[in-house]
Amino acid sequence: MQHLRRAAVFGGVYNNSHALVATLADAERRGCTARYCLGDLGGFGPHPDRVFPLLLDAHVAVVQGNYDHSIGHALADCGCGYTDPRDNHYARLSYDYTLRKTSESWRPMLRALPPQRREQWGTQRVVMAHGSPRRVNEFLWESTSPDAFLARLLDEAEADVLLVTHTGIPWQRRLRDGRLVVNVGAIGRPANDGRTEVWYAVLESDGREVSAELVPVAYDWRTLAREMRDEGICDEFIETVETGWWTTCLEILPAKERARGRH
Amino acid sequence: MSVRLPIALPYAVPAETAPEVPLRALDTVWIQLTGTLCNIACRHCFITCGPKEERVPMMSAAAVSAALDDAERLGVREIYFTGGEPMLHPDFFALCARTLERFPLTVLTNGILIGRDEAARLRALFDGSPWSFELRVSLDGMSADENDPVRGRGTFDETVAGIRALAAAGVSPTITVVEHAEGMSAADARARFLAFVRSLGLGQPRVKFLPLLRIGREERRTHGYRDDDLDCLRAPLLDGIADQLVCATSRLVTAGGVLTCPILLDAPGARVGASLDEARRPIRLRWAACRTCVAEGLSCNT
Repeated sequence: MQHLRRAAVFGGVYNNSHALVATLADAERRGCTARYCLGDLGGFGPHPDRVFPLLLDAHVAVVQGNYDHSIGHALADCGCGYTDPRDNHYARLSYDYTLRKTSESWRPMLRALPPQRREQWGTQRVVMAHGSPRRVNEFLWESTSPDAFLARLLDEAEADVLLVTHTGIPWQRRLRDGRLVVNVGAIGRPANDGRTEVWYAVLESDGREVSAELVPVAYDWRTLAREMRDEGICDEFIETVETGWWTTCLEILPAKERARGRH
Repeated sequence: MSVRLPIALPYAVPAETAPEVPLRALDTVWIQLTGTLCNIACRHCFITCGPKEERVPMMSAAAVSAALDDAERLGVREIYFTGGEPMLHPDFFALCARTLERFPLTVLTNGILIGRDEAARLRALFDGSPWSFELRVSLDGMSADENDPVRGRGTFDETVAGIRALAAAGVSPTITVVEHAEGMSAADARARFLAFVRSLGLGQPRVKFLPLLRIGREERRTHGYRDDDLDCLRAPLLDGIADQLVCATSRLVTAGGVLTCPILLDAPGARVGASLDEARRPIRLRWAACRTCVAEGLSCNT
């Protein structure tokens, strides 16, 4: 990866083929020469089979998320890591739909995805994982990831740059020693910020340093909402697409992130 | 100070066959801020706290600061303040502020000491920190009839007043409910409890149900663990269980050293060192209460 200048890094596709198309186009426009997905291709949205060919055609390097592992192995649940019964109720609705609608032919590909990627970008050791380098379903929220804790994760992963997703809300932090942690957010649903756009990250490397920009992407959410209705997906999920506010899986949010949302 | 005999929680199973739990990562540090001192004496309290219970002393502000320094050096993720009632500590607000400069913090309280001024100060702490500040308020019923027989006469009204003060200040605590009677955590009961909490003015209500721990005062209120409950502690754990236990990722700092977890406060054998550095070694599940975490998946974390 010596010649890398700009890379698009996104996560949490959640069956949202419309946002995926828009994100790939946005990345192209911004001159990204590499594309990475940090996992969770399924869940939440409609028609899971539609995102796989898009990822393959665009040569996206995909890391395995908990969802991909569960669907690939046809496990009993998504392994999202929720603890509250209400969170788990909605996670189940979404998982059962995606499991039923994912074609058998895609499962070997999901099973074979690597749990993480390590790359050398100039002088920088870059680690890409789904939740965290040590646990696929660990939630790295901004308000519960203090600097000393992140430094330990980076030490243990032998990384200068750590890229993760899983929570669905993007943030980035440069530690005092210069190392960088970026949660790239999710392109499958809005970030509980009252906007219909979704978020991903554009990483830039000059060979010595890596920096990140968090980028909002507008996409055809009206068509997505219509397809979700046609598929009988629950109203709570559709409301999130239409309003930008999370209506489900709220209990896992730390108080800080929750207070910024409407529900 | 009244003189109290120490309570020594006995081993329930032999060391040789008790499951071993390695410390996977030290992510969470609990701080026993006020020792066993509490302003109420719940009949189900598994560590027998109360207004005259000072057998585990309050921590000094300096000791708390030292624990925070150790925690930061070791890359700990989050801090919990517990007791007793942590708000009885004379430096409670200052210690919260000091912690929130560096860590996310969760405080476990009965809410009785929260009036309008305290709620405003808690709100200011929440707003002033980049790290999440969680409050957990214990309430064991939707009425005085349900709550007071367990938590003490008048405690329902006092705690509800505290929750209303928080709501008025725009703070949304998690309400924790111990399942002290049959059926309290069934799906319809949970929904009713959530509606009740919303009716107190909380805009984003959260409720966490906790199983009973049959040690401490609870052992006298109902009964302790039965011997055949403990079979799960006499053989290796099933795959994946050890990883999920509180003692796999956390330790409890007290005025008397570091223990495996907040439940085993009265177990001399649960002391794993004088400092967090010493306490990062595997432990064995030798106490009857360990059964609740293993079999019911109890997680003390929010």
